[in-house]
Amino acid sequence: MTPMGWRVASRGLAGAILIGLLGCTTTQQTPASQAAKPPALASTAAGDAAASRPVVGLRRLTESQYRNTIADIFGDDIQVRGRFEQIQRPDQGLVAVGASGSAISAAGFEQYEQMGRGVAAQVLDPAHRTLFLPCAPRDPARADADCARAFFQKIGRYVFRRPLSANELTFYVQVAERATEPTGDFHTGLSLGLSAMLSSPRFLYRMERAEAGARELDAWSKASRLSYLLWNTTPDEALLDASGRGDLDTPQGLAREVDRLLASPRLENGLRAFFTDFMLLDRTQSVAKDPVVYPRFDQLVVKDLSEQTLRTLADLLLVQERPYPEVFTAQRTFLTRRLGVIYDVPVSSPTGWEAYEFDAGDDRAGLLGQAGFLALYSHEGRSSPTLRGKAIREVLLCQPVPPPPGNVDFSGFNDSGSVVLKTARERLNRHNTDPVCAGCHRITDPLGLPLERFDSTGAFRNNENGAKIDVSGTYEGQALEGASGMGLRLSKSRSPTDCVSRRLAEYATGREQEHGLPTAWVAALQERFAADGFRYRALLRDIATSPEFGAAPALPGLKTAAMGTSQGVRQ
Amino acid sequence: MNGAAVTVALPALDCFLNDSGTAWASGAALPVRFGTWFWGLGVTEDRWKPTKVGSNYDIGPELKPVEAYKDRISILSGFDVQADGKPALPHFTGAIVARTGTAPSAPTGLPAPSFDVLIADQIGGSNRFRSLDVTSVKDPNNSISGRGAGSLNPAEISPAAVYARLFGPEFADPTKADFKPDPMVMARRSVLSAIGEERKALEQLVGVSDREKLDQYFTAVRQAEQQVEIQLRKPDPLEACRVPGQPGPEEIGNQIEVVMANHKLMVELMAMAVACNQTRVFNVSFNQLQSALTRLGKTTAHHQLTHEEEVDPDVGYQPGSTWFVERCMEAFGQFIGVLASFKEGDGTLLDHSIVLAHSETNYAKFHTIDGLPMMIAGRGGGRIKSGLHIAGGGTPATRVGLTLQQVMGVPVDAWGTGANRTDKPVSELLA
Repeated sequence: MTPMGWRVASRGLAGAILIGLLGCTTTQQTPASQAAKPPALASTAAGDAAASRPVVGLRRLTESQYRNTIADIFGDDIQVRGRFEQIQRPDQGLVAVGASGSAISAAGFEQYEQMGRGVAAQVLDPAHRTLFLPCAPRDPARADADCARAFFQKIGRYVFRRPLSANELTFYVQVAERATEPTGDFHTGLSLGLSAMLSSPRFLYRMERAEAGARELDAWSKASRLSYLLWNTTPDEALLDASGRGDLDTPQGLAREVDRLLASPRLENGLRAFFTDFMLLDRTQSVAKDPVVYPRFDQLVVKDLSEQTLRTLADLLLVQERPYPEVFTAQRTFLTRRLGVIYDVPVSSPTGWEAYEFDAGDDRAGLLGQAGFLALYSHEGRSSPTLRGKAIREVLLCQPVPPPPGNVDFSGFNDSGSVVLKTARERLNRHNTDPVCAGCHRITDPLGLPLERFDSTGAFRNNENGAKIDVSGTYEGQALEGASGMGLRLSKSRSPTDCVSRRLAEYATGREQEHGLPTAWVAALQERFAADGFRYRALLRDIATSPEFGAAPALPGLKTAAMGTSQGVRQ
Repeated sequence: MNGAAVTVALPALDCFLNDSGTAWASGAALPVRFGTWFWGLGVTEDRWKPTKVGSNYDIGPELKPVEAYKDRISILSGFDVQADGKPALPHFTGAIVARTGTAPSAPTGLPAPSFDVLIADQIGGSNRFRSLDVTSVKDPNNSISGRGAGSLNPAEISPAAVYARLFGPEFADPTKADFKPDPMVMARRSVLSAIGEERKALEQLVGVSDREKLDQYFTAVRQAEQQVEIQLRKPDPLEACRVPGQPGPEEIGNQIEVVMANHKLMVELMAMAVACNQTRVFNVSFNQLQSALTRLGKTTAHHQLTHEEEVDPDVGYQPGSTWFVERCMEAFGQFIGVLASFKEGDGTLLDHSIVLAHSETNYAKFHTIDGLPMMIAGRGGGRIKSGLHIAGGGTPATRVGLTLQQVMGVPVDAWGTGANRTDKPVSELLA
């Protein structure tokens, strides 16, 4: 992939054209397309205004956002090596919401600082520097403020997702200068200056800003919201330009940019990031099964689990543009040969993915028949209708299940030790003799028991311990049979569509209803999603063009007085 | 550890120590270190808890694996955790109250700083790492250490990564005679110090909750800067420091044999980090809160066993569950054994350390948090007594955290919130 801003982007994005050449000697060939005067390079005046605005939100970049951002700015041959401090997922919520409350620990910073240094060293190594550095230093063994200034002004706009202020620019030039002294090398000093930028909270967090008293975020913050929502990466050249021109502050200008982003193939990156968060697909990477009980399920299968779900979703919702409820009934999916072994389906290509169509009404059709879902919500050695039912409730329907009560007396179950209980249904029925347990198990188990023909790895079975498995269940008062029956009921229910639209609004804003996400807006989104026939792209467009999406949150305790304004705290 | 002998102590080198062997030759006292060791899913109380209170306590079957260190381990029973009007969160409330003094209202993050972090702030400032957090299972979130506000100090899961962090190129070997400050490190120090200078300008632009996040960020920057400053100083020669070989290929998972093997590598690395003065505070989580440990070929993991396994009427306990408890105690014994194998001054690393071990439940089958099982190993350089069974009599478990903070020099006279607040240290422990 081509880094933004340095060459014409291969993805056909408008405006991704080299800019720069700020009066220093260029050390690279300038393509003919750049002979014309470059678009107005953001002045530090715009940066001064942006950098002085109060910060109304701090959202830590996720690992995938960090990686995508580095690849987009510097090119995907720049390696990001290190471990990321995970963002804590709130109870019953999204990592994207956790990112709004996420601090960085000492160990986490140590990693960020190391990764930043690694990236910066590659960017300024002899193989790459000519692409990024618009000038050559007068003496490579000494600091060169002019050349450093040209470098940071250009690169800072991408790293901070807005132009640098005059103070910031001077600051990084000085950091590079100070780092050049002991090392005696201009490029090393510059790379340490860049690493300071990559370790800054202005990069590691999306700093959402608004003018004191303003109801809307500033244009740069809106641009980041749009880009990370729709593409899961940093704003591209065209979006930064649109922000600079004020386009995002008008409904027409905003709609134009939203439509451009929605039309791009990069929308799939955004879909993948959202569904990974929404469906907790990142957790499938830590699924492990007992190798003695399940010899066919190994770590190679694990790699394919979330990929199958994401490919299926991208195909259904973006390529075929089918309604969201079909997630639960879709016959078309994608398999690898390794997954084929679990699914007992022949896969002809020895490597890679191929499309596969299950019969209508096959238990395998839809999300609930996928090994990723089935294996994630199972124990290592056996399936769990309770975990599966709980996941359907909490993850797919946004209906929290109460935790098991503390200090429950389980001793009532110890008397029947001689009874042989062959199936999960028989074992769970015992809980239901105790009203304390039955309260919650009645919420979860009837949704999970229909999936019992799939074992802990998602492989099919008719019997458990020699007894035939009963896959009857109920959902919203309706009786049903098996995974296909469950999928059909879910596809006719409003709960899953209301849930996904609510979560997408939370994902877009980094806020939950309990913490400032307007309930009325969510309700309106849910209605319009239904009216639009549950089209995912239409839902994204609705969210991204809503005034609520770009609204500045109320923020108690903001020291606006220190900014020399008399506006006080906004409501 | 690949070929590196880590369990054989070197003879005391007198040149490093004063005449009585209690301090460095320079006069600086041997440092006291603090560690925590967590295990999930508690104990079977009548198989673990001694019946005799005081010294020379009796050893039940679940304590058998640590019997060899009985005179250096105190058992704490009967110290209670209160849910404090919040939901009793199974497998969470017990551990979080023991460490933060505050009952959590949701099963994620920490509601307040853990006291190990407060101790690290007190004693860890002159070391390269203020504290180290590791776990022997495959879950970097398996940590109950952090500064609160919902965040956690992530736990390292890979021995190779811990090795690289500790003994990689940035390690200044105190056993080497020559020392020259690295210009690259000097440059990095200036960069980190510059980042720290931005604090004021940024913090006046943010609201209250975001300011807390930025505070944590800049605290982390300051710690990184200290880390670098220490790399620029010639390290003191250290008697017990032996730079180990790199760990071999690793396997990380939940299966008990794999976890035990990783645990051994991790605790050896922690002991070496301490011996080489890289840190004074370490947190080890053996298995998870709500342990997911498995046994090869068994369909039921540790947590399920505690709830689903019948109490065997012939013996009166859950045989499969108690087996896992014994493995946890075996692992703790392994850790204590490693610390005791490093000779230092007039004793061993263990003698100059205090390690608090605790779980998140008492009897996991019922999620009980009364009588949270705890153990304290080491004598903290003579600051505490060891080899006792201390019965809490239903007093707050937070008394233990309060006592250890005080022993480690944190100026605090009461700790915890609500029903878990206490101002009564465990006086039996104090030397």
